[in-house]
Amino acid sequence: MPTDSAVRALADVPREPGAAKPDPIVVADDVVRRFGGMTAVDVQHVEIQRGAITALIGPNGAGKTTFFNLLTGFDKPSSGTWTFEGRSLHGLPAARVARKGMVRTFQLTKALSRMTVIENMRLGAGSQPGENLFTALVPPLWRAREREITEQAEELLVRFKLDHHRDSFAGSLSGGQRKLLEMARALMSKPTMVMLDEPMAGVNPALTQSLLGHIQALRDDGMTVLFVEHDMHMVRHISDWVIVMAEGRIVAEGPPETVMQDPAVVDAYLGAHHDTDLGDDALLSDDVAEQLEAEVQAEEEKR
Amino acid sequence: MDWTNLLVNVAGEIIAPTTAAYALAAIGLNIHFGLTGLLNMGQAGFLLLGAYGFAIATIAGWPLWAAVLAAILAAVVFALILGIPTLKLRGDYLAIVTIAAAEIVRIVGRSTTLTDLTGASSGLRGNSYKHTFQDASPFPDGTWELGPFEYAINASNSWWIRIVGWGVVALACLLIWLLMRSPWGRVLKGIREDEDAVRSLGKNVYAYKMQSLVLGGVIGAVAGIIYVLPRAVQPDAMGRSMTFFIWTILLLGGAATVFGPILGSMLFWAALMLIKLVMRGTVPETVMRSEQIEQFGWIIVGITLMLLVIFRPQGILGDKKELAINAH
Amino acid sequence: MRRAASSRARSWTSRPPRVVGTVGRWLVLLLLTLSATALGQSAAVAATEQCAPTGESACINGTIRTAAGEPAVGVALTIEGEGQELAATTGPDGRWSASVTSAGTYSVTLDEGTLPAGETLRDPANNPREVTVELGASRPALFPLGAPAEQAPDAGDDDGAEGPGGGDQPDDAAGEPGEEPAGVGTSSSGGVTMTRFVQQLVSGLIFGLLLALASVGLSLIYGTTGLSNFAHGEQVTLGGILAYMGVQFWGLPLVVAGTLAVVLAAASGWFQDAAIWQPLRRRNVGLVQAMIVTIGLSMALQYVFQFFFGAGPLRVVTSTPTSVSFGPVLVTRQTVASVIIALVTLAAVSYFLLRTRTGRATRAVSDNAALAAASGISVNRIIRVVWTLGAGLAGLGGVLLGLYLGAARWNSGGALLLLMFAAVTLGGLGAAFGALAGSIVIGLVVELSSLWIPSDMRYGAALVILILVLLFRPQGILGRATRVG
Ligand SMILES: Nc1ncnc2c1ncn2[C@@H]1O[C@H](COP(=O)(O)OP(=O)(O)OP(=O)(O)O)[C@@H](O)[C@H]1O
Ligand SMILES: [Mg+2]
Repeated sequence: MPTDSAVRALADVPREPGAAKPDPIVVADDVVRRFGGMTAVDVQHVEIQRGAITALIGPNGAGKTTFFNLLTGFDKPSSGTWTFEGRSLHGLPAARVARKGMVRTFQLTKALSRMTVIENMRLGAGSQPGENLFTALVPPLWRAREREITEQAEELLVRFKLDHHRDSFAGSLSGGQRKLLEMARALMSKPTMVMLDEPMAGVNPALTQSLLGHIQALRDDGMTVLFVEHDMHMVRHISDWVIVMAEGRIVAEGPPETVMQDPAVVDAYLGAHHDTDLGDDALLSDDVAEQLEAEVQAEEEKR
Repeated sequence: MDWTNLLVNVAGEIIAPTTAAYALAAIGLNIHFGLTGLLNMGQAGFLLLGAYGFAIATIAGWPLWAAVLAAILAAVVFALILGIPTLKLRGDYLAIVTIAAAEIVRIVGRSTTLTDLTGASSGLRGNSYKHTFQDASPFPDGTWELGPFEYAINASNSWWIRIVGWGVVALACLLIWLLMRSPWGRVLKGIREDEDAVRSLGKNVYAYKMQSLVLGGVIGAVAGIIYVLPRAVQPDAMGRSMTFFIWTILLLGGAATVFGPILGSMLFWAALMLIKLVMRGTVPETVMRSEQIEQFGWIIVGITLMLLVIFRPQGILGDKKELAINAH
Repeated sequence: MRRAASSRARSWTSRPPRVVGTVGRWLVLLLLTLSATALGQSAAVAATEQCAPTGESACINGTIRTAAGEPAVGVALTIEGEGQELAATTGPDGRWSASVTSAGTYSVTLDEGTLPAGETLRDPANNPREVTVELGASRPALFPLGAPAEQAPDAGDDDGAEGPGGGDQPDDAAGEPGEEPAGVGTSSSGGVTMTRFVQQLVSGLIFGLLLALASVGLSLIYGTTGLSNFAHGEQVTLGGILAYMGVQFWGLPLVVAGTLAVVLAAASGWFQDAAIWQPLRRRNVGLVQAMIVTIGLSMALQYVFQFFFGAGPLRVVTSTPTSVSFGPVLVTRQTVASVIIALVTLAAVSYFLLRTRTGRATRAVSDNAALAAASGISVNRIIRVVWTLGAGLAGLGGVLLGLYLGAARWNSGGALLLLMFAAVTLGGLGAAFGALAGSIVIGLVVELSSLWIPSDMRYGAALVILILVLLFRPQGILGRATRVG
């Protein structure tokens, strides 16, 4: 459930594309990306509220991933500018963007298969003296930091229920577990903002439920979360604000309860024929989720 | 056939300077490919540059240390020139560009325009540059016998070059061992797996690849010096085939392992010698002429490389789970 | 590779300064040389007349014959010394002579670029050579052609290094086709004349076109399977060697031998895919792994060729070809026929790719194999077709290049491999038409660059271009960028 502070902060924001936020962490203007003749992204103005969970939704091919790539420096825009915490990120390489505190995950999971889970996690941590070629040769110079990040990694692994797999190769994990590993790894650098591209695709409902809890906890610690998701129920469940993209543009914004009813959104998803309620979330009331969790546990015990 | 003599020859191959040089070159390639996943198909270019750098500097009258430094510097510059356009590219482009760059070094080296410097295609005579190395030996001149092996102590194909060659190999192994267990090595492994993921974690992938390319290249250049000390600098002997042998050696021993390159090099040269000697002793001249036996050896190398990559990509020492070659 | 140019153009005597290659300077030079060409022509006529020594003059002369013993026509030589500089060109009988007016030592340089296609000096180190003459006498300066004497293994060393590779290293460049072994930096000495420029331009186009036959196959294979086939050069060699066997061993007419070679080469592609690549795909062997397998295959095949055919050049036809001239450009009949065959073949391949069902399916597989499979295309069948076609095209390229360059050799394809890769990369990996365009560019670069840089470095020039293009346009001339995430 959205916490009150974030909801309160966003209460007065107009429900329209490109709405100004009281405390934006990301501000993007006129970001355009063309592939040949096709315009994949054409965002005139968008702001992301600090300390809130913002969902970016839209039909397949809407340009969500491309927009992520642009913001995080993995792709170069045809034109446009954007700032993160007031500073322009335009033209910054992906690694620098990540070091500034904006860390992303990928839609197609990028677990480092032939490295162990714990090594994956350690790689996520920032400011490691041992990552310098010369200090690397003198272990005493980096042992302390190594111990520190190993501890941090183990904590996260417990939280993401991956601690049993600590020393297995990441390639041996299931698809859902890899998603979790990727998310946990991204958190190793203690970012100010995480951008998750379909984090829950392929993760079982029970785990989804507990992860949603973690994401909310992150937000409550002051982290900003932007995520792409196709599962409307999940979107409704945890997001404080929803931005809807279609054909590269932002077509609607608003709190999750109301944005689904926006005719622009229904149009975007269904074209002309629309009489389904996209936001039917009867399924995702907490007791249904609990029931699901119980079922999954029962199944696991049977094995 | 004289079996003792044959075995002595094969065993001699195991400690030969060339075996050390190839082991060292494969260690360099291991940093590129085994650790970082860079498809460097131009390792021979680094060896050739190292050899030229050392030989030309020595001929110009530089002392030993300065000549070695010149070789290293040449490799660094080459790695930088090579890395800038290619390290941002997909792996297969890198393979094509590195093989092309090594070929450019060879073509320029053997060009008659540079005859004064490189001796064009006939190369540089060993005696013109090996004196500084031989003078650096602390041992008295003469020959020395250890078991069945008898070599000159200092001159040319000597104990001295064997000691130095294998000493450098041991140092390089220590270096790799330290690096592989460090966070630096971890970043490289990450890059080998998926460089975008590593980038998303805030690591400057380009810089790491460059460091890897330079370090492996410098080791290659030093290997080049060791390779040419007992012979001559001949550009045409240090072309594409040399690169491919280094690859075979690395994959034979096991990429991403510390001792794989050494084991690979020893096995490679010993097996090749064994095949040749046995065939020379058993196959009559009328069936196969001696140069054909030579070629037969290379055919076997090619086929070994194919079979190895298909059926045992992790090599002899590699971890089965941590296949050294991309499985996806 | 460079054709014997018309003697008129070759032997003009006034030398422009060495050109390093900026376009501006080059244009100026072009104008200068154009105006100088007329002078050059008259000098040439004088030089080809036979010389008779008198009291005040002496003669330096010789006859140049190809390895097969035919006279080598149109070979240019310069004679320098005692303050004189002369030019000479071999006549129809292969004879040349120059008349000097003072006794002394002269250095005679043979322009290797003007040797008939595929011919090389037997002893490149002896070019230029010194001749001492006395007035009233004739002195010969001989330049035997043929394969360079086999290099003694590890020739360089005196105190006999034994040990691995000591004598065993295969020589990489034991005479690459078209790359004059230890060629003298000939090109800059001639200066850039319009005629020479046109000649090189045409040579470049021809070479590019023949190279395209090979690279289109390489590109198709890359496009459909993602495999960088390092053994593609051996397919080219195979074509050349099969044609050589057909003509020289089985005594077939050239056309029959050539056709047979192409058919067998195509069959080898079919067989290779069936025996190696399809099983590897079924085993899900990674692309990098498969690429290294092709390297092993390339190595094995090269030495198989060397095992059976030795390291020397294998001349498909030994007779001297008849030449035809188009304006200032001299080409052989055979080359004209080769170009026509190449053009027709490439047109047919284009038609196949654009208009036939299988061709369209091929492009669909290149574009997105998974999608193609999902829409009912049998991907494995298409890949088999592509291997067959690619190997057949490479075989044809091998036959025609073997004729054009004069001889096939165990490593002739291997030597061209990097040029093919350069062409394919320039065109954007996997784009068949890109490979065609890229090949032409590479052909032109190789031939035209030797106008300004020493001809033994011109393959290097093509590779430098490759690296430069990647620097500015990583996806090649026609390629597309790939997506992340
Ligand atoms: N590298 C590329 N080259 C060409 N077109 C591209 C590239 N990357 C993305 N596109 C196109 O841009 C459009 C937007 O793609 P994008 O991946 O951003 O969609 P998305 O909103 O993330 O979709 P999904 O929800 O399915 O993940 C698509 O039509 C896609 O085909
Ligand atoms: Mg997406």
